[in-house]
Amino acid sequence: MAAPTLFRTCPTTGLKVDLAAQALIKANVVAAVIFLALGGLFGLSVALTRWPDVHFLPLDWFYLALTAHGLDVLLCWIIFFEVAVLYFASAILLNCRLAAPRLAWAAFALMVGGSVLVNITVLQGESSVMFTSYVPMKAAPNFYLGLILFAVGALIACGNFFGTLVIAKEERTYEGSVPLVTFGAITAAIIAVFTLASGAVILIPTWLWSMGYISHIDPMTYKLIWWAMGHSSQQINVSAHVSVWYAVAAIVLGAKPLSEKASRLAFFLYILFLQLASAHHLLVDPGISSEWKIFNTSYAMYLAVLGSMIHALTVPGTIEAALRKRGFNKGMFEWLRKAPWGNPAFSGVFLSLVMFGFLGGISGVVMGTEQINLIMHNTLYVPGHFHATVVAGTTLTFMAVTYLLIPLVLQREVMFPRLAKYQTYVFAIGVSGISLFMMGAGTLGIPRRVWDVTMSDAMFPHQFPAAAFLMLTLNGIFAIMAALGGVMYVVNVVASTFWGKKTADAPKPQKASPPLAAPVRAAVGTYGSAETLYIPGTIVLVGIFFISFVLYYYVNWKYLAEVWPLR
Amino acid sequence: MAISSPANRLWWKEPIHRVELTWIIIAFLWGLVMFFTMVYWHAVGDQNLANTTYKTTPEAYLAKADAMAQKFKVREEFGIPVVRPPPGSDVYLVARIWQWWPILELEKGQSYRMHLSAMDYQHGFSLQPVNINIQVHPGYEHVFTMTPTESGQFGIICNEYCGLGHHTMASRMYVVDRNQ
Repeated sequence: MAAPTLFRTCPTTGLKVDLAAQALIKANVVAAVIFLALGGLFGLSVALTRWPDVHFLPLDWFYLALTAHGLDVLLCWIIFFEVAVLYFASAILLNCRLAAPRLAWAAFALMVGGSVLVNITVLQGESSVMFTSYVPMKAAPNFYLGLILFAVGALIACGNFFGTLVIAKEERTYEGSVPLVTFGAITAAIIAVFTLASGAVILIPTWLWSMGYISHIDPMTYKLIWWAMGHSSQQINVSAHVSVWYAVAAIVLGAKPLSEKASRLAFFLYILFLQLASAHHLLVDPGISSEWKIFNTSYAMYLAVLGSMIHALTVPGTIEAALRKRGFNKGMFEWLRKAPWGNPAFSGVFLSLVMFGFLGGISGVVMGTEQINLIMHNTLYVPGHFHATVVAGTTLTFMAVTYLLIPLVLQREVMFPRLAKYQTYVFAIGVSGISLFMMGAGTLGIPRRVWDVTMSDAMFPHQFPAAAFLMLTLNGIFAIMAALGGVMYVVNVVASTFWGKKTADAPKPQKASPPLAAPVRAAVGTYGSAETLYIPGTIVLVGIFFISFVLYYYVNWKYLAEVWPLR
Repeated sequence: MAISSPANRLWWKEPIHRVELTWIIIAFLWGLVMFFTMVYWHAVGDQNLANTTYKTTPEAYLAKADAMAQKFKVREEFGIPVVRPPPGSDVYLVARIWQWWPILELEKGQSYRMHLSAMDYQHGFSLQPVNINIQVHPGYEHVFTMTPTESGQFGIICNEYCGLGHHTMASRMYVVDRNQ
């Protein structure tokens, strides 16, 4: 049978840490960061090509880079990191051994093999079919094979996560219910299984088709099922990064959920409804009824949006409650002013929370409205939206939590703490610029995925307004800033992971600004704080969010109403 | 904390605080409002994309477009026919690498039954600067009624990636006043 499991005891939290899980978390984080660096580089080159005066890449390289950018960051970076989050939320948080470390290494090998295969295939130049690889455009068979291998690896990793949960329950390594963060991770893993199954359903036939064994793949069917993977996998990200929000608030501030029931309900709504999101990509496609579109695009009356809106109150609410507990009780916003803004884990999470809600969440709901999609579909508004969700939301959150994982799990000190302190801000400003200016250019009609929007080679070029070109220029400038933030992150993580001072050698408590010094177990009040809950600052913030949401929503209906009538 | 098991094992029996409950109710109601706004727009709004669709083949569709172009051609631009079909009639637009065919000339304020289909890959019909965007699939003939409300020259560009010539896939649409 398996070798005996080795544990160490974490000096900061007192948690038992399975060394096998620790090694796997490290491997997955390192792989994630490598693909982030690679994909980020491709992303920067795409943004510089969109900048009309720079127009960096030649024609074929642009589409190649755009394809590789999507695969490397949206798939590889995020899912490798999510596997690390799953192992952390199961083995570490539940004080348990990882179910099957060897199998987890096999999963890791499959994912690495798949990623490398996809990258090589794309770099060979015959598979510039974009991340979405819509049929009947055909990539080389290895493109689909690489994706399938990666998905199988990720599926095995999910299985390992579920297995660990079972073992933890059997061996009674925790009392009562699993922690909220683990609950969120379970949400992510359940959605991941649905997602990866959808991917298999469509990618395996497409792979066979690319080799000539199947004659025809229907393009509408492909899109419907592909997006059951493509969009739903973004909901894995949401579940994972919201879990990380709660985790960081807990580790940094000792924050407790306002109410376990409300937060878990919000995650549960994700499980029930997020899978309907494939419809977001089919709102202006032929052959689908409006009833189907309305029901699915709204996650059955916006019930998954309801989940996110609950988190929009409860996450800042837990942070406010925790900081007030620490005495920052003056007025409406002392807690916010005196929050640990110098701690990159906190600043990253809070910035991510704000940008995900205001930029990503609102634009997503508006764009996903059946009729409004007509004036946004496939314009640059779409990448503008999802850079706010996936980059400002997921990526920035994962970056933030890395600064906690390095000392707690990888047992190294962050090598350049000052670099880390500014990194989250640089990256956040860069990403908010990218998102806003791409959305702006999209409302002026600039299409996504176009090498040359001046259309200088076209027989009948369309002249876009000058403001659109200004937006593309600004997008390029902010992309440089985001890339700088990315480099600051990658350098720091790689240096700390491999050459950072071992924390075991110097077992001092985390260096941090004063409010953080006190370690964190049970710092904040009790559950069911129904009588004591006092979060006026959060109520104001959520009020601003809600008003912005309503206004922006109806402004876009007004824009739609000015468009030529369609029936 | 969120990273440890709930202190109260019976956490589901705890009350949800008034603040949270109020927000959950507001958010739920707002979801209903947004949901029914979409439904409402189908009743009163003018911009609702029809879902009428026929299965077709590139050959069959091209034949119909060709017949229309021959019948209503008024002139040529760069070898591409400019077609002025009568108001209310069926108008066929062909999407193929890397061209929209033919060029349409429509009358302002008149309605036309637009047909869209692709010959090869997926394409994206994007009418600029109006900013109407519709996905075009091969094998599917999407039919909807469109009413131009302003006259002038408009651009039709492709906004779904369709190969290396994608950025050259642009055409025009003319909208003229009634008696021009």
